[in-house]
Amino acid sequence: MRNDYHNPDPEKLVAMFERMLVIRETEEYLGAQFRAGELPAGVHLYIGQEASGVGICAHLGDEDWITSTHRGHGHFLAKGGDPYAMIAEIHAKSDGICGGFGGTMHVADVSRGILGANGIVGGGLGIATGAAFAAKLEGNGKVAVCFFGDGAANQGTFMEAMNVASLWKLPLLLVCEHNGWSEFTRSEVATSGRIIDRASPFNIPGFEADGNDVADVWRVSGRALESVRSGEGPALLVTYTYRTRGHVEAEVNFLSQPYRSEEEVASWVAKDPIERGAALLAQGGIAEEEISAIRARVKASIAEMAKRARSAADPDPARVRSMMFSAAEA
Amino acid sequence: MAKRRMIQAINDAMFEEMERDPRIVLFGEDVEISMFGDTKGLRERFGPDRVRDTPICEALLTGMAVGMAAAGWRPVLHMMFANFMYTGFDAIANQMAKLRLMTGGQMKLPITIMAGFGGGRSTAAQHSDCPYPLFMNLGGVHVAVPSNAGDAKGLFKSAVRSDDPVIFLEPGGRGGEMGEVPDGDHLVPFGRASVRRSGSDVTIVAISAMVKLAEQAAKQLAQDGIEAEILDPRTLVPLDEDGILASLSRTGRLVVVDEARDRCSAASQIAAVAADRGFAMLKGPVRRVTVPDVCMPYAPVLERSVYPNAERIADVVRELLNCRDYR
Repeated sequence: MRNDYHNPDPEKLVAMFERMLVIRETEEYLGAQFRAGELPAGVHLYIGQEASGVGICAHLGDEDWITSTHRGHGHFLAKGGDPYAMIAEIHAKSDGICGGFGGTMHVADVSRGILGANGIVGGGLGIATGAAFAAKLEGNGKVAVCFFGDGAANQGTFMEAMNVASLWKLPLLLVCEHNGWSEFTRSEVATSGRIIDRASPFNIPGFEADGNDVADVWRVSGRALESVRSGEGPALLVTYTYRTRGHVEAEVNFLSQPYRSEEEVASWVAKDPIERGAALLAQGGIAEEEISAIRARVKASIAEMAKRARSAADPDPARVRSMMFSAAEA
Repeated sequence: MAKRRMIQAINDAMFEEMERDPRIVLFGEDVEISMFGDTKGLRERFGPDRVRDTPICEALLTGMAVGMAAAGWRPVLHMMFANFMYTGFDAIANQMAKLRLMTGGQMKLPITIMAGFGGGRSTAAQHSDCPYPLFMNLGGVHVAVPSNAGDAKGLFKSAVRSDDPVIFLEPGGRGGEMGEVPDGDHLVPFGRASVRRSGSDVTIVAISAMVKLAEQAAKQLAQDGIEAEILDPRTLVPLDEDGILASLSRTGRLVVVDEARDRCSAASQIAAVAADRGFAMLKGPVRRVTVPDVCMPYAPVLERSVYPNAERIADVVRELLNCRDYR
């Protein structure tokens, strides 16, 4: 029976709103920490794009796989990753989810199906296709979801992944989070045609969603994932969104001139997915006090985790050499 | 002991391992028909889920191997010619070699990538490379380079049982060579060199296809009363440094024969190990017999002019023995 992904019920909407807030609070904190000189490296923030990852991951369980991008904090948290372990990782602490070995661009939690943020643009395409092949062999309904940006859609592996996944009918959802920028290059300069139109030549269904509307993302990705889980093969979903922060928080330090207008950024801040999420909650009859309580709870929780993470121990350099091969640690 | 061709020995290893472990999946270009013969018959035996041809898209295939392994499978990816690994190098270098460390040890990546390598058959510059120096430098992948049928089988079985990525390189054009293969579940451990010939005058470390040439050179040298010890490292990562130094302590002289281009070759690394850890044992300079820093030319006469051979190896050994003892 085909589900009607008409609207998320209020309970689902509240859960997604809270998850978006967790991402926002965590990243606002990380951005501030970077600007205060408290992080060893710049961070690529997902601020403005939260609805995309959250709306999609709301359909996934720990057993499903995702691959992410260098802007991966949001996917990690949307898929159920532990904010404390992620914050500790970015603070380069031993409590970090990767023990301080990976950092901001490599947050991963294999036990929750998070095969990692990835510093190579398009790096997740092959990995997700392989995980989808594994899921297909297991035949137990798992899916792999590959998050990538419109920049990565110009990598050859995007075409290769669509070809193989379609040929082999792999349970793969390709999610292009179209934020209009390939680092500092505007999408119109880098991309010919429309990315969504690249699906049909491979007999892959294409879906499009308003990436700043968590309910729309949830609805459309629900349909896309239903198609993927049914054994019909992969689907491509393009979510249209925008990063309201820079490509990387460090960019003000090295860019000699602005690459986008304040008006452009402001036009997207006006479509902020969290405020739109709050409006949806209000429309759904959730009281203003309850929404404020969620905000306050998330804020306090992230602040507490951040405090704990800052005082966690540094990783032990003695572990570095043993980390390359499994036999070495055994 | 059974007599088997190297390609048959690898094929035997694949049958035995795929039989033993249902999580092993083989994929790659033309693995069903098997151009080299090493994957022959596997599709018929294990079916389309576990043995399948892929499109020619190396950049994706290496990434897929990472994803499959991360998801709990044990992929074997056949890339045909080692040169094609350059096309798939991104996921090898940026993902496969790094994800275990980057994830703080969360990710186990039991991946075997196999390919034929090396020249000597007029396959010209794009089908003849020895890319193992690149893989040696990555840090996170093992590199196996068998020289004979028995080791090929034993190293392959160890490769697919390893929980880490392994690059398994078959010497191209040597697949038809017969060799002794021990009976039973024959495993060759990584990081243990094999002494192919004992001698007291010089140590020749020869890699893969170069072992045979070193043996030919040793025969010539023996006629002059020079006894060469031949060491086959069998794996370059890990490298049996102690085994090489033990031989050097017996002979005091070292020649390394490597089919890779000279600059930053495996031979360079082995020479560096000898200089660093074996300096006091050296009676003379460490010499390398390699391919000069050129791409492999097509014409047999041109290829022969740069490819190592027994005469070059023997000449270098004689030069070394004529050096005054520096100790």
